[in-house]
Amino acid sequence: MAKLNINGKIRDVQVEPDTPLLWAIREQVGLTGTKYGCGVAQCGACSVHINGELVRSCVLPVGGVKPTDKVVTIEGLSSTSSHPVQKAWSALDVPQCGYCQSGQIMAAAALLRKKPKPTDQDIDDAMSNVCRCGTYQRVRAAVHMAAGRKQA
Amino acid sequence: MNTKLSRRRFIVGTAVAGGGLALGIRLPFGASAEAKTAGDAGVEVHAWVVVKPDDTCVIRIARSEMGQGTRTGLAQLVAEELECDWKKVATESITPGENLARKRVWGEMSTGGSRGIRTSQDYVRRGGAAARMMLLQAAADEWKVPVAEVGVANGVITHAASGRRTTYGKVAAAAAKLTPPDPKSITLKDPKDWKIAGKPMKRLDTADKLNGSKVYALDVRLPGMLNAAVKACPVFGGKLVSYDESKIAGRPGVRGVVKVNDSTVAVVADTWWRAKSALEALPIVWDEGAGASQSSATIAKHLEEGLGASEAYAFRNEGDAVGAITGAAKKIEAVYSTPFLAHATMEPMNCTVKLSADRAECWVATQNSEASLAALSEQSGVPLEKCEVYRHDLGGGFGRRGGNQDYVRQAVNIAQHFPGVPIKMIWSREEDMGHDFYRPISQCKLAAGLDDKGNLVGLHVRISGQSINAFVNPAMVANGKDDRQLQGYTARPGDAQLGYTVPNLLIEYAMRNTHVPVGPWRGVNTNQNAVYMECFIEEAARAAGADSLEFRRALMGKHPKHLAVLNAAADKGHWGTPLPAGVHRGIAHFMGYGSYSAAVAEVSVSGEGKVRVHRMVLALDCGHAVNPDQIAAQVEGSVVYGLTAAFYGECKVENGRMTELNFDRYQMLRLAEMPKVETVIVPTYDFWGGVGEPTISVVTPAVLNAIFAATGKPVRSLPLKNLKLV
Ligand code: FES
Ligand code: FES
Repeated sequence: MAKLNINGKIRDVQVEPDTPLLWAIREQVGLTGTKYGCGVAQCGACSVHINGELVRSCVLPVGGVKPTDKVVTIEGLSSTSSHPVQKAWSALDVPQCGYCQSGQIMAAAALLRKKPKPTDQDIDDAMSNVCRCGTYQRVRAAVHMAAGRKQA
Repeated sequence: MNTKLSRRRFIVGTAVAGGGLALGIRLPFGASAEAKTAGDAGVEVHAWVVVKPDDTCVIRIARSEMGQGTRTGLAQLVAEELECDWKKVATESITPGENLARKRVWGEMSTGGSRGIRTSQDYVRRGGAAARMMLLQAAADEWKVPVAEVGVANGVITHAASGRRTTYGKVAAAAAKLTPPDPKSITLKDPKDWKIAGKPMKRLDTADKLNGSKVYALDVRLPGMLNAAVKACPVFGGKLVSYDESKIAGRPGVRGVVKVNDSTVAVVADTWWRAKSALEALPIVWDEGAGASQSSATIAKHLEEGLGASEAYAFRNEGDAVGAITGAAKKIEAVYSTPFLAHATMEPMNCTVKLSADRAECWVATQNSEASLAALSEQSGVPLEKCEVYRHDLGGGFGRRGGNQDYVRQAVNIAQHFPGVPIKMIWSREEDMGHDFYRPISQCKLAAGLDDKGNLVGLHVRISGQSINAFVNPAMVANGKDDRQLQGYTARPGDAQLGYTVPNLLIEYAMRNTHVPVGPWRGVNTNQNAVYMECFIEEAARAAGADSLEFRRALMGKHPKHLAVLNAAADKGHWGTPLPAGVHRGIAHFMGYGSYSAAVAEVSVSGEGKVRVHRMVLALDCGHAVNPDQIAAQVEGSVVYGLTAAFYGECKVENGRMTELNFDRYQMLRLAEMPKVETVIVPTYDFWGGVGEPTISVVTPAVLNAIFAATGKPVRSLPLKNLKLV
């Protein structure tokens, strides 16, 4: 049994402490917007924020998350899909299948919190999530748009 | 196609033809993320169109959506003829059970071969037009005026003479009672007059991809549901001998261990994580079988033998290629090779099945939901009309989720041990990459002869490699005659025609199969065949001392559409103009899925041999361009899928099994490596071609030809990560 603070709510989850946070979020808390892609911290589909930091939740055991840690999932990023990243993603029709996009959006939101006006190099460095549909060109443009910048 | 597929088709077909055993059964619509509209709040004016009192037009979609934008494109085509308000369009995915119960009124549901729009455009447009005609007739009847006096725009019907107006929502109920017009009597709009189709409309299915609310098959949660993790023998063709259940007894949440089939075992638990952890702890004994002796090296040898074998299928034999090459002023020769590749859809294979006393239900991401339905019925023994498939939009398809519904069959087998309990089976990423239907491996030997002026006088192409059709249905390709493996080299126009005229041409195929399961992979054989042809033509152009573009143009006089697309790419790619120091261009073109593609790549190769693709221009003639922005998205995506294969893609075989089982070894292109992609769409409006696949074939050869330009050496094997380029 662990206590997790997810999207501002305290949740009791009945899991072994070595259960990855990803699966506790998906299976016990029932929030399925955070995706399973690889389970080995390679793809970023499982990205969440913990105390504002970007974390790949598939390799983080629940036992390593304190009840005071603030976990934010894609469902908690904004209540009305009004985060600037979500708005830019919508404006540029970024998603194809969409499966990787929760992770892409969480990664972009974390980047913009640290660097409100990221350069292309910043985006290259921060946005390492895999998109098998190949939406990278629009991801880049949408990060710039969310930062309030037209891409050159 | 394939037997498994056609057998399923046959079943579906029989059920329909067999006296309407399925008729009159009203099946519920699937659990889709789309608007739930068909019930009380709307009326079906026509099979393709439901109209709600608030004037929302719900357009029915039969094809699968896996990111390629088909849902939006099909809706545009229906809405165009319907003359409704695009802002009030919603969509609804029909289920295969519904389709069957209504004698396949929505036609083919399978979504592959870049056919989603091109092979349904005609009847869906007629469906939209028929609904419009019925709605107008209903208004005319109400006003007691001739229908010819009634006009419509954006779903508002008007009678100019009397100034009366009404809306689709108000007349829908009356319209639904009318007899639909004969589809053949309908005249469709000239694409020149399109207002909704042909325009870069925003996708209709983006919102729930932005906030985590979209429910993929992997996200399905049902009351009482249990979860299953599966493991198949890592060696293809191997068998399950035994497992020691006692070693995982007492693990939390575990409900059972199930032999799924001859080669597969599953652990079922309350959660998937517990099932997977228990499965990893389960001792399993395999009989690895004959396949265990196979490796990439043995397979390469097997293919090499085919390159020189005396017997081969002569697919095209025009003039005397061998003689012309022997007698030519200059001769060149090369051997190329391409590896097995996994699809690696971002959403791993999964399927949820619930079997009750007289009902079988399945929740699945599928490119062919009728094949899913047939697999569900066959495997469960529940008659088709008591089966239903709730299809979910796919987290990637790329050909993996087509006719071969292996995951449905596995999930049914597991669910049979848990009557009445929904079982969600999820493959781990390792299972997904270790048990794919891989892009087939092949090698290609090419020889060309040039005359003293540098003209290509003879070309001999011999492909040796694995056949998809032979894996699916060996009887279909008796004597090694498998035209599908020669995709892109056909003489016949229309689908995948070679764009060159060579006076002496011999194209052969030596079928060399392996124990590895193979299947269609985005672009299928156009990928490998475009590399072989377009990189070797580049070698020929350089041997002739000719410009790469001019050498190709000289061979394309009889192929104006191929040439126009090549020219479009060359123009937009500024072929022949100066580039920054160290940057080089490569060009390629090919045809597949009824569409013409060409690419120009700008590439640099560092002193350490690191390749950087800076810019790619892709030109496409897909006949009709239904949504230019979504076509651009598909082109951008095809560049990523193609470059991933070119740089990193390789599934090696060791001791009969795959060694690339996750993204650590099966690397993916990331955003930092993404070139700037420019899409040039040059539709000629005299045919309907595909979009999802065609352009991928030209990505790799354009890049390889640019590397050739940079280093002076041709690249003849993939992936690039294995090569020392400088
Ligand atoms: S699922 Fe966590 S990084 Fe891939
Ligand atoms: S949108 Fe499909 S994987 Fe990224």
